[in-house]
Amino acid sequence: MNTITISLKNLKRKKIRSALTIGGVAVAVAVLVSLLGFDKGYQKSLTDNIDKMGYQLLVTAKGCPYEAATMMLKGGGGLRYMEQKVYDNIRTDVRVDKISPQLVATAFDPDLQKGQGGYTLYMGINDDYLKLKPWAKFKSGKWFSGGDVNEVIIGFEAAEFETRSVGDEVFIPGIGQILKVVGIFERTGTQDDGMMFIPLASAQRIFSLPGKLTGIGVKLKDIHQITKFEEDLYSVPEIQIISMAQVRGTILNLVSSAKVLANAVAFIAIFIAAIGVMNTILMSVFERTQEIGISKAMGASRLDVFKFIWSETILICTLGGTIGCVLAIAGSGFVEFIIKKILPYAPTGKLVSIEPKLLISALIGAVILGMVSGIYPAWRASSMKPVQAIRSAE
Amino acid sequence: MSTVVIKTEKLTKLYKLSAEIVRAVDGVDLEIMAGEFVAIMGPSGSGKTTLLDMLGCLDAITSGKLEIMGQDVSQISESGLVNIRRGKIGFVFQDFSLLPTLTALENVQLAPFFARQKDSSATAKRLLEMVGLSERAKHLPRQLSGGEKQRVAIARALAVNPQFLIADEPTGHLDSKNSQAIFELLKELNSKQGLTVILATHDLGLGKQCKRIISLRDGKIQN
Ligand SMILES: Nc1ncnc2c1ncn2[C@@H]1O[C@H](COP(=O)(O)OP(=O)(O)OP(=O)(O)O)[C@@H](O)[C@H]1O
Ligand SMILES: [Mg+2]
Repeated sequence: MNTITISLKNLKRKKIRSALTIGGVAVAVAVLVSLLGFDKGYQKSLTDNIDKMGYQLLVTAKGCPYEAATMMLKGGGGLRYMEQKVYDNIRTDVRVDKISPQLVATAFDPDLQKGQGGYTLYMGINDDYLKLKPWAKFKSGKWFSGGDVNEVIIGFEAAEFETRSVGDEVFIPGIGQILKVVGIFERTGTQDDGMMFIPLASAQRIFSLPGKLTGIGVKLKDIHQITKFEEDLYSVPEIQIISMAQVRGTILNLVSSAKVLANAVAFIAIFIAAIGVMNTILMSVFERTQEIGISKAMGASRLDVFKFIWSETILICTLGGTIGCVLAIAGSGFVEFIIKKILPYAPTGKLVSIEPKLLISALIGAVILGMVSGIYPAWRASSMKPVQAIRSAE
Repeated sequence: MSTVVIKTEKLTKLYKLSAEIVRAVDGVDLEIMAGEFVAIMGPSGSGKTTLLDMLGCLDAITSGKLEIMGQDVSQISESGLVNIRRGKIGFVFQDFSLLPTLTALENVQLAPFFARQKDSSATAKRLLEMVGLSERAKHLPRQLSGGEKQRVAIARALAVNPQFLIADEPTGHLDSKNSQAIFELLKELNSKQGLTVILATHDLGLGKQCKRIISLRDGKIQN
């Protein structure tokens, strides 16, 4: 005979009512855990993505910075062009550790997307690319055989998607060039996985953009010099500098306004769940007035009665919290799917990261919710006078 | 030489309603000795329940004096009385009042649990056997008849080994055959185990079988 088993039996008494209340708590906790998990996961994925670009600054031709930021994260530049001499100037700066020029070009392919047509992104790069991204490994094949050759290295996903392997030939529609596949990269978890890489000089030739670049990725020897470095480049006309920290901040800002709304919804759900728990238990306290009176006649103190009722609300919330956590884990794939559809920019990698720490805090939160919502019903029960309580049924 | 279990002087309970004051119990002088079997009789509204509630330390008194086992409890508030009644006073009520989610055996065990006494299922089983319900130990109250429920309630009241038993119309919801059986059980506990029983009843037939009858009318004892 103990408080918990008796409380459990009481909850089983009105199964549907208890189940609905527990369900309310579960849904609220699941929503909250998903949102908080998303927040963590999104930041982490975004940071990972940005770190994996390998550069801290991207120099592009002047244009809309937001457009440029999005394009850049998608692997392109602003698709505005600058002269290659900008690159030649920057590379001589002593503060530069690594620098990689790129020229992104698109080619329309009428066969893509089930015949609807679509764009294929080509990125012209030189040997510096591998220095900036030392983690880039070949799944098969190797680097270009020369500086200006009709060869292509394909990102992991692009290769899978189009089932290409080393030795295949790729035709660029509308331009009439044939490229030979010389290598396929391993998966990196970034946008580079969907890219077709060709030698920089070849890109300039094939797409008729001689001496042009879309972007220059720069990694400095000392990250603290970033501000000064940026300031120095302000004087160069026709270019702008985007720091990855800034991009990260901009995207997180965009997301955070949506997050505020979503968090408000989650907290309202929690609040409603708490009211629901309180209401359910209060109702059952009144229904059990006589039983409470009898218990008091038998010697139950105010504290005894308080504990009985309190443990019921805590049980409801703990059960609800546990189920909510399971729901959040089970539904994280779905949430991720929805979010990827809604967000302006979704990094690759897991967006919803539900860590044990988050689950434990959610459970503790649920227990506290039970404690808070149980105080009033438990107090009401404990202050019932035995005489009136016993006679309430007559 | 028997001891005094309950002693009252000018025991009074007033209910203040908006317009008037109800003198539910009005200056009752009473002495009940250990081992007595007392019936409190009187018409509806005469104050039987109010008197028993005070004697059982369920409710605070308005004025007068009340001693339980030699202890003056007159000044103790309603919330403090739990310490007086806990484990010392057994209760049986009119409408059985078992907890519906617990089995017969668990209901009996609940009394020692609340009274902070050692939880002994052996004692509970023995008591259920004594009231003739050892076969029904695992049954829930809704599976029991009214008479059976009242037997469980009696077993529960006895589980804490109380100094005296307060029974407020324990047969009020039973037919005459079951009433008599429950009454016999109480009498047997009184005669064989020396249990002090204070019982309120409407039933003249039962009242006549008691050694001592206290007649109440308008909160006062009648001779
Ligand atoms: N909480 C209360 N507030 C006001 N008056 C009350 C209250 N409880 C009892 N009374 C009044 O006190 C008087 C005695 O009531 P009590 O219940 O003790 O009578 P009783 O003899 O037990 O009656 P019955 O045989 O119907 O159970 C009645 O007039 C009743 O209306
Ligand atoms: Mg009565």
